[in-house]
Amino acid sequence: MRTDPLVLTVAFGYLALLFVIAAWGDRRAEQGRSVIGSPTVYALSIAVYCTAWTFYGSVGRAAEFGPSFLLIYLGPTLAMLLAPLLIRKMVRIASTQRITSIADFISARYGKSSSLGALVALIALICTTPYIALQLKAITLSHAVLVNYPQPPELSLAEEAFWIDKSFWVALVLAVFIILFGTRHLDASERHEGMVAAIAFESLVKLVAFLTVGIFVVFVLFNGPADLFRQVADTPELVSALSLEAVPGGAVGWVGTLVLAFLTFLTLPRQFQVLVVENVDERHLTRASWLFPLYLVAINLFVIPIAMAGVLLPMGNSDPDSLVLTLPLAAGMDGIPLLVFIGGLSAATSMVIVETIALSTMVSNQLVMPLLLRSKHLHLSSQGELAGWLLGIRRIAIVLILLMGYLYHALIGDSYSLVTIGLVSFVGASQFAPAMLIGMYWRGATRLGASLGLLAGFVVWFYTLLLPGFAQSGWLDDTFLTQGPFGLEWLRPYMLFGLDGFDIYSHALLWSMLVNAGLLVGVSLFTRQTPVEQTQAALFTEAMNPGLQNTPLWRGQTTRGELKSLLNRYLGAGATARILAEPQGEKSDDSPAPPVLIARAEQALSGALGSASARVLINSVVRGEALDLESILSILDTTSQTLEYNRSLEQKSNELARIGEELRAANERLRELDRLKDEFVAMVSHELRTPLTSIRAFAEILRDGKDLPEEKRVHFLEVVVLESQRLSRLIEEILDLARLEGGRLTLNPQPIDLVALTRQSVNAVHHLQQERGVTLEVVLDFEQAPVVGDPDRLEQVIINLLDNASKFADSEEPKVRLHLSRHRKHFRLSVEDNGPGIGPAERERVFEKFHQIKLYGETLGRPRGSGLGLPISRGIVTHLGGKLWASDAPALKGACLVMELPCAD
Amino acid sequence: MAKVLVVDDEPNIVLSLEFLMQQAGFEVETAEDGVTALAKVEAAPPDLILLDISLPGISGFDVLEQLRQEPLYARLPIIMLTAHGREVEKEKGLALGADDYVTKPFSTQALVEKVQALLAEGT
Repeated sequence: MRTDPLVLTVAFGYLALLFVIAAWGDRRAEQGRSVIGSPTVYALSIAVYCTAWTFYGSVGRAAEFGPSFLLIYLGPTLAMLLAPLLIRKMVRIASTQRITSIADFISARYGKSSSLGALVALIALICTTPYIALQLKAITLSHAVLVNYPQPPELSLAEEAFWIDKSFWVALVLAVFIILFGTRHLDASERHEGMVAAIAFESLVKLVAFLTVGIFVVFVLFNGPADLFRQVADTPELVSALSLEAVPGGAVGWVGTLVLAFLTFLTLPRQFQVLVVENVDERHLTRASWLFPLYLVAINLFVIPIAMAGVLLPMGNSDPDSLVLTLPLAAGMDGIPLLVFIGGLSAATSMVIVETIALSTMVSNQLVMPLLLRSKHLHLSSQGELAGWLLGIRRIAIVLILLMGYLYHALIGDSYSLVTIGLVSFVGASQFAPAMLIGMYWRGATRLGASLGLLAGFVVWFYTLLLPGFAQSGWLDDTFLTQGPFGLEWLRPYMLFGLDGFDIYSHALLWSMLVNAGLLVGVSLFTRQTPVEQTQAALFTEAMNPGLQNTPLWRGQTTRGELKSLLNRYLGAGATARILAEPQGEKSDDSPAPPVLIARAEQALSGALGSASARVLINSVVRGEALDLESILSILDTTSQTLEYNRSLEQKSNELARIGEELRAANERLRELDRLKDEFVAMVSHELRTPLTSIRAFAEILRDGKDLPEEKRVHFLEVVVLESQRLSRLIEEILDLARLEGGRLTLNPQPIDLVALTRQSVNAVHHLQQERGVTLEVVLDFEQAPVVGDPDRLEQVIINLLDNASKFADSEEPKVRLHLSRHRKHFRLSVEDNGPGIGPAERERVFEKFHQIKLYGETLGRPRGSGLGLPISRGIVTHLGGKLWASDAPALKGACLVMELPCAD
Repeated sequence: MAKVLVVDDEPNIVLSLEFLMQQAGFEVETAEDGVTALAKVEAAPPDLILLDISLPGISGFDVLEQLRQEPLYARLPIIMLTAHGREVEKEKGLALGADDYVTKPFSTQALVEKVQALLAEGT
């Protein structure tokens, strides 16, 4: 076992398997049966975050610095938890703008600026080369450990000829492999489904490998976790090494590492590639937002146990970064180390593949193509088929990037541990965060601000991390580290401006972010955006605004033919036909292309060339401009107007519902009124018929009976007259009531003396009262009672009250008492009798129309009222601003009706 | 001589009916409310009743219903008098077993003829 040929065979076999998976993924994608249309595959592909650095380096870091390595995974967990807010917007922007890389993203945000895109691409190249170097180193080192154990790994380095160096060959093999399935074709969307499928597979392999070695260590080398932890507890220095205090830089180090991991999870070119560019459905984020953190938990589960075991067991001076390999090797295993090697290979190759593809896309789209397109000598933009050029550029870029990684590894790689290289890269990549994140939410961020911030942040990073690294590798005189350049102590790279007590990464992160974000915001506040920049800023910040979806943003003019030949040159005939296909059938090449088609063409070109180059090309055939900010804002306004309109519609419908409710209530009221009116008419009819019956009966008797005795004749005639009078009175009352209820009662209000009016009324009924034998007592508290009222109507009311009282008074000894008093600002005229009284329940009902208290036996043989007197009286009094009600009789213990009118003095 | 009971709470109407019936040759009893009317029927059953509907206390319908429940008065001729001209009331009265229905104001001659006809039917 473990012979070089065998290990190499396994390694190449594994790479071949990957290639098969990738080719299969691509084929399926071409057939439209995507294998990556699953959120699980998406989440696994994001796990490209876990590189060889995770696979080998985590154990090394845990052995040295305790659980601090976990922060590197806490940051991404945080970012994934925020995915529905943050990453979703990135994905939305990237898909509408056909973004191909983070450089493209930032370039597009700041007005499709070529220079900014190039700057981002360059920085990405510089920052991630060490990271690629790290993976090469891991592969070589793990291979050497595996083959040479128990001898220390023999590392062939640059002192010898490079062709003996295995890393060189690893780099070359990987270059070929990446070219094979990273640049097989060029399509409108810069997506690599086969690659994503292979990456997801690799994520599974590295997880399985790591869990296997973890389980082996905990359950085979030790008797389960309890045994391991007991042995650790017996070793005090190990306990403290594994405590939280072991994190370099203390609390600041904690926060610094966390923030760093959070930012770079979004900005590392490969993370941006899998998270954003390769995302096929933004709904996948929902599952990935918990599945990916779960993956991180699983792969970190055994890190500390393995590190503990490495320290506890007699492993000699084995490199802590190789513990996952050396622990099973020391136990005499053969299979597990090989599996671990494959796991590590998975981790390393997946990173290298995605990173290299992302970087090569940036190099071709952001660095080379813009230059070629602008170069007047080449006239490239007017040449024929250009798709081949693009692929060629990318392939060359892939080889160069990997060679750069190799060079970095060969020249300075050894002076840094895996972790250190990783963290240096991290801080470098985090420089994209301000331009990207602030640009997504603040419309005011300008191209100049972003460029200067990015440049300054990069310089600070270079000075505080990369340069010291070079110095420590012995390339530079390292005295500037301790004494500062030119003896200026405040410029010491690890203690800039005297800032002390930070670990070097937090220190670099703090200063570079301060400078970067500070310049971005500061400069943006004082610079103006170009129209394109304003447009793009609006499109980015408003990406989640539904009004912007599918909005054609071109209003220039060109023909279909021109667009077709342009696309043909860059994408080939097949893709062009697909892109320009129209549902309504083919149109002639001379017909003008609608804005939707221009936008579609630009998107397709963006997918292949990046937004900046696509814009240049479209501009070359379209006469006129893209939509300016005003148009964008008007689109946004239209959206908000629509929202406003919806709101007002909702208000209107609420109003309608309310009106409907009111109508229903009104209808109900009308029905009730109608019913009351019917009842009223029926009662009126009844009341009118009663006297009429007597009149007709006696009239007919008188007519038919010629020989009636004189006394009977006189009596009957008397009845007819009385009933006729009753009828007239009734009609009069009904008319009064109708006028009162219809509001047509004409009152003639004038200042009058209620005392005089009362005396007058009493005189009017005096005769009748005497006739009935009623004793009337009148008590007037004063000589004058000025009120405002209609004298005739008020007299009618008073007479009615007196008349009622005498009707209802005791039949044997009828007594009525009228009392005029003053109650605050009102005069009260109460009329009481000594009759049976009105029960509390009846007191309001006596004011109802035709209500007659039918007291059996009591009212018999008395003149009956119409039942309209009290309702009419109340109506009149109310019209005059007073009140009329029934109450207890204070003096006579019968019924009492009280009229109250306001004083006029 | 046949006896007619006149039940109405309007004194002048009672007066006119009493005169009409007497003139037609009947003996007349009067009552001004339902309870009195029932008592008078019990004391000396009449041959026919002129019964007003709106009475103080129990209504003419109540009186009619109570009388019809007793087998003794099940076939006693009863003419309802009402100031309500509504068809429902007429139907209600007939359903409860009234023999005829007269709306106020009525033709004196027609009323007398109805009374005579009903009494003739009974003999």
